[in-house]
Parts: sequence; C-alpha cells; structure tokens
Amino acid sequence: MGKRNFSVASLPGFATIAMITFVFLYLPILTLVIYSFNEAPSMARWEGFSLRWYEAALNNTQVQDVSIRSLVIAFWAASLASILATMAALATTRSERRFPGQTMVYALINQPLMVPEIVTGVALLIFFAMIKVSTGYQGLGYLIAAHTAFCIPFAYLPIRARLETMDLTLERAAADLYATPMQAFRHVTLPLLVPGVIAGFMLAFVTSLDTVVITEFIKSAGQDTLPTYMLGQLRRVITPEMNAISTLFLLLSLIAVTVFFLLSRKKT
Amino acid sequence: MPPSTTRSDIEVVNLSKIFGSGEDAVRALDDVSLTIPENEFFTLLGPSGCGKTTLLRMIAGFEQPTSGKINLGGSDIADLPPNKRPVNTVFQSYALFPHMTVAQNIGFALKMLGKPKTEIDETVSRMLKLVKMEPMANRKPAQISGGQQQRVALARALAPRPRVLLLDEPLSALDLKLRKEMQVELKRLQAETGITFIFVTHDQEEALTMSDRIAVMSTGKVLQVGPPREIYNHPAERFVADFIGDTNFISAQVDRANGRSATVRLPSGAALDAGLPEGLSPREGENVTLVVRPEHAKLAADGALKGTVENAVYFGTDTHFHIRLDTGDLFILRSQNSAMPAGLPEMGDPVAIAIPQGAVQVVRG
Repeated sequence: MGKRNFSVASLPGFATIAMITFVFLYLPILTLVIYSFNEAPSMARWEGFSLRWYEAALNNTQVQDVSIRSLVIAFWAASLASILATMAALATTRSERRFPGQTMVYALINQPLMVPEIVTGVALLIFFAMIKVSTGYQGLGYLIAAHTAFCIPFAYLPIRARLETMDLTLERAAADLYATPMQAFRHVTLPLLVPGVIAGFMLAFVTSLDTVVITEFIKSAGQDTLPTYMLGQLRRVITPEMNAISTLFLLLSLIAVTVFFLLSRKKT
Repeated sequence: MPPSTTRSDIEVVNLSKIFGSGEDAVRALDDVSLTIPENEFFTLLGPSGCGKTTLLRMIAGFEQPTSGKINLGGSDIADLPPNKRPVNTVFQSYALFPHMTVAQNIGFALKMLGKPKTEIDETVSRMLKLVKMEPMANRKPAQISGGQQQRVALARALAPRPRVLLLDEPLSALDLKLRKEMQVELKRLQAETGITFIFVTHDQEEALTMSDRIAVMSTGKVLQVGPPREIYNHPAERFVADFIGDTNFISAQVDRANGRSATVRLPSGAALDAGLPEGLSPREGENVTLVVRPEHAKLAADGALKGTVENAVYFGTDTHFHIRLDTGDLFILRSQNSAMPAGLPEMGDPVAIAIPQGAVQVVRG
C-alpha cells in the first residue's frame, strides 16, 4: 500500500456526523411530504394513502389566487432584478479604471444580504405609506418594487461571476474586428452572459417566492402571497392541506433550482 | 476603414509607455522609433518583459502611449479606438468567439462593418479556402484542434483586409511539428495577401526563418533592426548576439579601427579582422568583446586560438567541441560530421582553432 493523501472522509466519526446532518436536513421535509398523502384530517395519525388534500388545495380558490399573485410578483421582481443586476455587474467588472467608491457601490448592491429583512420591512412600510397617501396607488407595484430590491444581490452574484470568468480578450477581439462598444456587447458579451443572467433570474425568482417578512409588512389588504397566506392559515388550524401546498411549492422550487443548475453547468 | 489604396507604412516615432507612477513606475517602452514599410514581414523579437507585446498592443489600440506617435500611411492613429484602426490582431489565445461557428467568426468583422450578406459569404468562403478550413465552416471553435483554431484566427483577422496584421506569439501554443508547418503557412499567407505582418515572438528560430526584418528588443528598447542574416552574422550588441543563436565571446584589443571594420589582437598575439557595429569607433588599444559563432570556427593545425578539448558531444549532424582556451575561457566549436570521421580530436587533445575572414564581429556591451 502506498502513502495515501489526507482525506476528510477517512476521519473517525465523519460518516456518523454526515448521516446526522442529512437526517436533520431532510427528515422533516420528508415527513411533510409523506403526510401530504395522508387520508386522515389531522397530522397525528397515518390512515392510508390519498390525494384528497391535493384536490382540496388545487380547488381552493384562495390558494389559486395567492399562488398566481406570488408567481406574478416573482416574475416581475426577478425580471427587473436581473436587468438591474446585469447593468450593475457590467459597471463593476467592465470599467476601464476603478471608479471612485467602487467598493462602496459593491456593498450597496449587496445591502439586502446584510441589512436585516425586518429593518427593510419597517423602512419600506413607512416609505410606501407616504407614497400611498400622496398618490393613492394601492396596487402590486409596491410588492414588486420591494421584491426587486431584495432580489438584486441574488441575481447580481451569478451574473458577476460569469462576467469575471469571461475572457476579456474576446471583447478586445471584437473591438479589434471593428465592433463598436455597443456591437461588442450585443454580439459577444451578451450571448456569452445569457446563462449567467438566466441563473440569476432563477435564483431571484425562488428568493422572491419565498420571502415572507418584507411581504408581510408592506402588503395591502387582499395582497397575500402564498407564503403569507400559509402563515396565516397555520395560525388557525393545521390541516394536511398545508402539507400538500408545501409539497407543491417544494416541487416548483426544485424545478427552478434544477434549471439554474443545468444552465450554470452549461459551457458555451 | 480597411480597404485602401494609400501606402500603409507603419511609423513609430519616439514611442514611450510608462505603467504606474512615482516609484512604482515601469518604463515598458522607452523612446522607440521604427519604420515598417508596406508588405514587410517584420518581427519584434525579445525575451518576455522586453516591451514587444506592449508595442503591438499600442499599434492595435489596446494601450495608450504615454508619449510619441504611431503613423499609419502618414496619419497618426494613436488616438483612435481599436475599432477605428485598419489593423487586426491574431491573439496568442486566438480569442475565437466560442458561441459562433468558424464561418461566423471569420465573417464577424465584415458584419460589424455593415457589409452586405453576399459579400460576407463570398469573403468567408475565400478565407476558408485560403486557410484550408472549408470542411470545418459550421463547427464551433471547441470542436476543432488547436492548429485549426489558429488558422481560423488568422482567417478572421485577414478577412476585412487590414492594412497591417499584428500577430502576438500566435504559434506558442502549438506543438513543434505544427509550429514548423504554420511558420511556412504564415509566410505563404503574407506573400499571397501582401499585407504587412508584424509578428511578436520570443523564439529566435521563428524570427530568423520567417522575417524580412527583425527588431531585437530588450528592457523597452530596440537594440538592433535588420534582416535575419545581418542580425545573426553582425550583431551590434552583446545581448543580441547572446539572445540569437549560440555564441562565443572573446576579449581582444583594438589595433586599428576604420569605418565598419577593425583589426583586433587576441591575447595570444594573433591579429584578426573584425566587423564593427554602426556608430562604434573604438580607439587603438581599447578592449572590446568579439563574437564568433560556433559553426564559423574551424579546427585546424594552426589557428588564432589554442586550447584543449574538454568535451566532445555528438549530435548526429554535427559534433560540439567544448574547448578550454589557454586564456581560460570556454570556446564552443560546432563541426559538421562527415561519413568518415577520421582524425577528430578527443578529450584532452590540444587543438588550434582557425577563424575565417568575416566570422568575427565586435559588439557593444
């Protein structure tokens, strides 16, 4: 036997710790999914397999209503955040020289990752209240704006990573071959950036779908999203219908994250 | 814009580039002046960090000169952005656009210039033929070999018919056999297109085999410009002689200097005629350094230098004799092998070295 390289996997207790970690992470979710197929009207006992709670959830007009609202908000917030994040990523990676306050700008873009959500929630509540009073507008715009701001760093990070690993010589080559800066962006930078933008969009989309705190603070009456609706329902009575909704929600997130993964793995 | 009927001489005038400032300032290019006439295969040769790539990038427009001018066909292009210069580059990494096919890569410049589709298609197929890549037109760069990528990069840069083609060590990523092939190929392309090529390399053999003229650079300065034979046989500087080919350096004293030639005296007392670099006129009795190429010296019964064979290394086509001179210096002599290797000296034998007329050059430094 030759000398072997150090491997964390060969440390004593490694397998045990790994197993415990996985159980902690996935056992609760697995339980939730299993009980979504429970025939019984309560969480306490298993009475056999049934899809009745899925049927109930899908026929529940309130669930339909809040789900559509969540998807609409997530779509617009992720789209706007992706566009803004692409612009920000270009400015922070493609400037000829570092511009004054570049580090500051970087910190500001990532602000939502650092400022506690509840602080943002309170601030936006007050700020939006003032706008509501002066304009009278009550629509979904506030939620979309708030989610957009919150989602920018999630879109920004993969886009910036993609730009940073892109070979700058390609843009130089485009300029050398008579492309104006706009043409170089349109024909070289942007096509190569697309997987990063879609990845950023997916992350932002999932993040928006999941946000509770900020939504809770700034939603007007009748503007519940799926997470805030579920929170409201759980305060009253817990039925396996919630398990079914959660499982569907989980499925949607899994699809979005899988698309993100496949795209970020794809080499151009 | 690229097509033009005016002459396309490149004139670099007192060009300097300083990176950084204050104590950290690096003078990458130090007051360089060069003239490269139209239709020349011109090589910038030097070790890494000598400024050759900086000079190339300034001609392409990727770097701004700190001072000086770059004239193309008489007009200053130093302030134009890269996309406004009728100059194209073949990058060291090729920089092919990975999301475009070979044909799209080659047609890129013409498309950016807004040429009609029929003209683009026609040029692309002509270029594909020129670099013998017709069967690969619809492949992506990742699906072709390094040598093929190299050809596509060349075709892409030549397609808009630039007035000058810049080549930044384009052969360095290829293996030896492919490199030899591409050397011939590049020379052919230059002759066929009639475009001025400015070729950057650190490989002296590449420079000698391909160039019409070579500029040898070191630490931001151009040391010598001339055709390969002149650079090899009459190096003006110690650095040039050392960088290109194998060299013996011998010290000597000047007896007489006259224009471009001098009579020098070796420590052994023997007198030799030597070439003098332009602008150097040593006084009588002054110590100078001589350059003798290993293959120019001959073993002889009687010669200007005497020594003892320390080592004889057999290379097939020739044998390298390492000879310790009586002065203590080491002299390397390359002797072509014949079919009947009789009477060759062996280790420990005393030998004399004859140096023929014209094989001795005085160098600066």
